[in-house]
Amino acid sequence: MPSLTDLRLVFVTGKGGTGKTAVASALALYASQRGKRVLICEVDAKGDVAGYYESGTTGFHEREVLPGLWAMTMDTEASLREYLKLQLRIPVVGRIGPLAKAFDFVATAAPGVREILTVGKLCYEVRERRYDLVVVDAPATGHIVGQLAAPQAINNLVKVGLIRSQTDWMLDILSDPGQTGLLVVCTPEEMPVNETIDLAHRVRTQTTVRLAAVVVNRVLPELFGRKEEEVFDALGTPVALAELDRLVQGEAGPVLEAARLAVTLRRTRSTHLDRLRRGIDPSVPLLYLPYLFNRSHGLRTTRQVAASLGEELGD
Amino acid sequence: MAARSTRRRDGAGGASRRVTLDGLLATKEIVVACGPGGVGKTTTAAAAALMAAVRHGSKVLVLTVDPARRLADALGLDGIGNTEHRVPDEAFRVAGVKPRGQLWAAMLDTKESWDALIRRYAPDERTRDEILANPLYQNISGRFVQSHDYIAMERLHEIHSSSDYDLIVVDTPPTRNALDFLDAPERMADFFSSRLLRWLIVPYRSRLVNVATRPFYQVADRILGTEFLADVSEFFILFQSMYDGFVERSEAVSRLLSDRRTTFVVVSTLEAVPLREAEFFAEQLTARRLHLGAIVLNKVLPDYLSDPSGTVVAEALRDRADELAGALAPVLAGATPALGDPIQIGRVLAEVAESYLNFQVVAVREQEERASLAVVPDVLATVPFFETDIFDLTGLLRLGEQIWG
Ligand SMILES: Nc1ncnc2c1ncn2[C@@H]1O[C@H](COP(=O)(O)OP(=O)(O)OP(=O)(O)O)[C@@H](O)[C@H]1O
Ligand SMILES: Nc1ncnc2c1ncn2[C@@H]1O[C@H](COP(=O)(O)OP(=O)(O)OP(=O)(O)O)[C@@H](O)[C@H]1O
Ligand SMILES: [Mg+2]
Ligand SMILES: [Mg+2]
Repeated sequence: MPSLTDLRLVFVTGKGGTGKTAVASALALYASQRGKRVLICEVDAKGDVAGYYESGTTGFHEREVLPGLWAMTMDTEASLREYLKLQLRIPVVGRIGPLAKAFDFVATAAPGVREILTVGKLCYEVRERRYDLVVVDAPATGHIVGQLAAPQAINNLVKVGLIRSQTDWMLDILSDPGQTGLLVVCTPEEMPVNETIDLAHRVRTQTTVRLAAVVVNRVLPELFGRKEEEVFDALGTPVALAELDRLVQGEAGPVLEAARLAVTLRRTRSTHLDRLRRGIDPSVPLLYLPYLFNRSHGLRTTRQVAASLGEELGD
Repeated sequence: MAARSTRRRDGAGGASRRVTLDGLLATKEIVVACGPGGVGKTTTAAAAALMAAVRHGSKVLVLTVDPARRLADALGLDGIGNTEHRVPDEAFRVAGVKPRGQLWAAMLDTKESWDALIRRYAPDERTRDEILANPLYQNISGRFVQSHDYIAMERLHEIHSSSDYDLIVVDTPPTRNALDFLDAPERMADFFSSRLLRWLIVPYRSRLVNVATRPFYQVADRILGTEFLADVSEFFILFQSMYDGFVERSEAVSRLLSDRRTTFVVVSTLEAVPLREAEFFAEQLTARRLHLGAIVLNKVLPDYLSDPSGTVVAEALRDRADELAGALAPVLAGATPALGDPIQIGRVLAEVAESYLNFQVVAVREQEERASLAVVPDVLATVPFFETDIFDLTGLLRLGEQIWG
């Protein structure tokens, strides 16, 4: 199985708020640090990528935000315009507004039409080979299958026409496990784990894209080994605690309590991790990223996540 | 940690009045739980409905969207889906409570609800069957994301009209934009009354393509193919026969949301990103003259984590770990000889301190976020981070107690 950074196109998805944008930004940074030319594309944008690079806003036309790393924001209208010009050789003079609106309207009824503009642009960048790797901060679990399956949906719904004739080469790229992979970000909690397992199944049955890895984000540190945990429990007994209070001239109770919370949280979470491991094909690697206790999240966080990702990938 | 309710600040210097979720739920007929993804909307909705059923002796329905499997099981929703279903007494007995009222639950099935809607509004059987079989319709009802928002509100309207319940608590789907479901009825009406829709339909009704639309068709034909466009048109023509019903219904749903009997509970965590989203949502509710009843701050880290005296102790444990371990070793060994290793004790103390200081960073950030909260709802409740998931009535009651006031 090819390494994550040897792929040409990586979609990063996951349940809302699990860390898709953080992980996508970190993966792109990591690959660029290893000398690749990388494009990160934000789809479904809230403009978060700019925050993770502290780079200022991004637009449809990519901008080099760090050495070897370009960022762009998907815009279906701009993509349609580019598509018409490049693929269909239909010159678009003047405003595209009404056409895009009409297109939007049809797209509302026929999912796949809008998505094809997104996937089409991404595949186009892969085909053009201006970048070694295209990383996509993709829509959340609920929408990603529709997006990845768009070329097939178009194949089924649209029998003829130029769009139809364009889907074959896209499918070639998407279906090639040596080129394209899906990365699902998940946290060690019940719902994100459930969604990840469901998604893995749907990706396998409804799309041609391969699940390349699952990233488990926000993993709490293991505080103690088994013996240490006994020591910890003993420290919480009244006699020991009284002595500790006396020694530090304060109340150590809350500090021990916080560690107790951390231990319990980690323990409940590890049951979800077990479930995740059992629910995902054994050939799919799980990559663990630690919970970052940072004051705020910007480029520094992105570098930290990139470093952890690098350790997990071990290449 | 106790639930907190702020005093409501009445606009023009009016008397302060203490409102609790208890009071809010006693006077409203519809409570909509909304907010950013993953913050606890489904759990809060279920807990609020449960509390109302237990305490108020009323008939309460929780209309949930995507409960975790174990929660669905606990509510007896497993495999039941769209139909309303009474939570059995046995479930309450296990949780150790005797409800004064009844708790009912239903799960929203988008596709099923859409089909029911089509059955209701189709002018005749043939149209109905053609729509149900149309591939575009199947796409819309099964996958079109916004249709989920719409159908949730639509379903609410239907249940409310039946007058079967004293209180309906509605969970909302995770949307990219928390406002989507508020706009859904209107957007749906716009969609079916759009000028574009008429453009799209015209040339297939008559052979006359007017000058204005010709460029569009030339391009659209080349891109999509005539056949596909014909499919699209056919679908819209079929749907138009139901247009009046749809628009009327959408308007009724909008009215219901702004009715005085409806209130919104915005759920959020104190993480920066969700909280900004929740605030924005709360502001929008007010701007639209919808009733913001409460903000529930969920999964909040305990207060003791941000206590400065805790910092002093934690730093002492970290910096003097070895010295303290030496002094503690005889005490621990006195109880269990095997636990008297000073090196091990020192490591544990250092880990404990580190962990406290780590969580403190997050807890202090949360406190700052809470202090900067710009919106003042009637009720502001805080729910602590429980160390385990909430997956049964016992867990829901625990959370419920926190928000009840
Ligand atoms: N390993 C981590 N440790 C601590 N916090 C993290 C970690 N990863 C991400 N976060 C924080 O979690 C929040 C959500 O992360 P992010 O924006 O990447 O999620 P997302 O999945 O892209 O969210 P959305 O669904 O809203 O796009 C951010 O505040 C981010 O800083
Ligand atoms: N106060 C709490 N302490 C600990 N865990 C909690 C708390 N509240 C909710 N949870 C857990 O958090 C998870 C998410 O909760 P829930 O499903 O209610 O969120 P949601 O807002 O409905 O998510 P979605 O946007 O995906 O619908 C669940 O596993 C639930 O058990
Ligand atoms: Mg994101
Ligand atoms: Mg939910």
